[in-house]
Amino acid sequence: MNIDSIQNGVVIDHITAGRGMRLYELLDLGSLDASVAIIKNVVSRKMGKKDIIKIDAAIPLNLDVIGYVDPGATVNLIRDGKLVEKRSIPMPERLIGVIRCKNPRCITSTEQELEQVFKLTDREKKIYRCVYCETKA
Amino acid sequence: MRSVIDILDLSVAEIDQLLATAQDVIAHPADYAHVCDGKKLATLFFEPSTRTRLSFEAAMYELGGHVISMASAASSSSAKGESVADTAKVVSCYADIIAMRHPKEGAALVAAQNATVPVINAGDGGHCHPTQTLADLLTIWREKGRFCDLTVGLCGDLKFGRTVHSLINALSRYGDVRFVLISPEELKVPSYVKRDVLQAGGIPYEQTTDLEGALPGLDILYMTRVQKERFFNEEDYLRLKDSYILTPQKLKNARADLTIMHPLPRVNEISVAIDDDPRACYFKQVLNGKFMRMALMLKLLKEAGTL
Repeated sequence: MNIDSIQNGVVIDHITAGRGMRLYELLDLGSLDASVAIIKNVVSRKMGKKDIIKIDAAIPLNLDVIGYVDPGATVNLIRDGKLVEKRSIPMPERLIGVIRCKNPRCITSTEQELEQVFKLTDREKKIYRCVYCETKA
Repeated sequence: MRSVIDILDLSVAEIDQLLATAQDVIAHPADYAHVCDGKKLATLFFEPSTRTRLSFEAAMYELGGHVISMASAASSSSAKGESVADTAKVVSCYADIIAMRHPKEGAALVAAQNATVPVINAGDGGHCHPTQTLADLLTIWREKGRFCDLTVGLCGDLKFGRTVHSLINALSRYGDVRFVLISPEELKVPSYVKRDVLQAGGIPYEQTTDLEGALPGLDILYMTRVQKERFFNEEDYLRLKDSYILTPQKLKNARADLTIMHPLPRVNEISVAIDDDPRACYFKQVLNGKFMRMALMLKLLKEAGTL
């Protein structure tokens, strides 16, 4: 399968196989007016299988989303066809405006324009809880 | 601005200080009768409560202050759609301190983030109710004189019962305590409380469905109500509400110095025949709650520079 290399943009690599679509949705890449490729189940020596997302546009990304969905993923910035920066994204301590609290009794379900905020409460188990009602994400 | 939303907002040293203040209030009420002269407490109760609201109001009156309030949630601006944030900002203009109860979990935190005066969480749905826990701690302290070397039985609705989770959190910080968690299978303590608090703190506990079997080993028995408002399904509520009823018969094998507690209101989980038993402490808890609310309001008003 051939996907053109990009000149100026971002490649999110080493995504755990199956999480590419979730990242695509949470990063809201569907609304971008640029070429975006999701490549699923790519053979990887390290991971066995992995997903890759290529974005052919130099846009700012919410790195917290990547750290939340898949902390092992790497972000590669491409400028003029060359890799200029590569970094792995740690789990963020706080996650603001990314996911919604699913507890119907939570104040976020009714309060006007209240930002959704989650905090990392268990790094080992990757558990985030709503700061308002402490419900697990 | 310092507010108290969760019992864990207070350190162990601060709780010890509050216990000391409350006991000083009990011993020397006249010394505190005018310390809040000219100060105002706003009680914002967006869901029905008699005891907690009256307790806060009585506490402020006994400190010499005044209380402003609303007749009911239905007559408040929130019924017209005002946000908690706006309500907190508006009421901050009128009062020196706010006590708020709200059916939504996290509402007190939103109020505290927006108020310019201290906010005390008087219950936010099934989430936190720190002043109940303060009442419980003063009761245990006055009855037992210690927080260590205690076997504490918690009985009833341990899944939705916020007072139970808060008490487990608070007592676990003192260390040498053992819990016996007595509940039907459907209403067991949530796994995150067991994992994050009990197991993480190395606190010994056992789970059982047998109240009578557990009673002889207990220093404290904390009964709770199976709360109708926490169920989505009335059938589940009706099936479980009579699971654990404490009767004089069941108490026969209990220790002579057992302390029986209940956050109230009770429905039928403690027989009225037990009310005259010297081990029954649930009405003392109510009184202790008022003293701890006095101590907490004094602390927060002092920290805010109002006193």
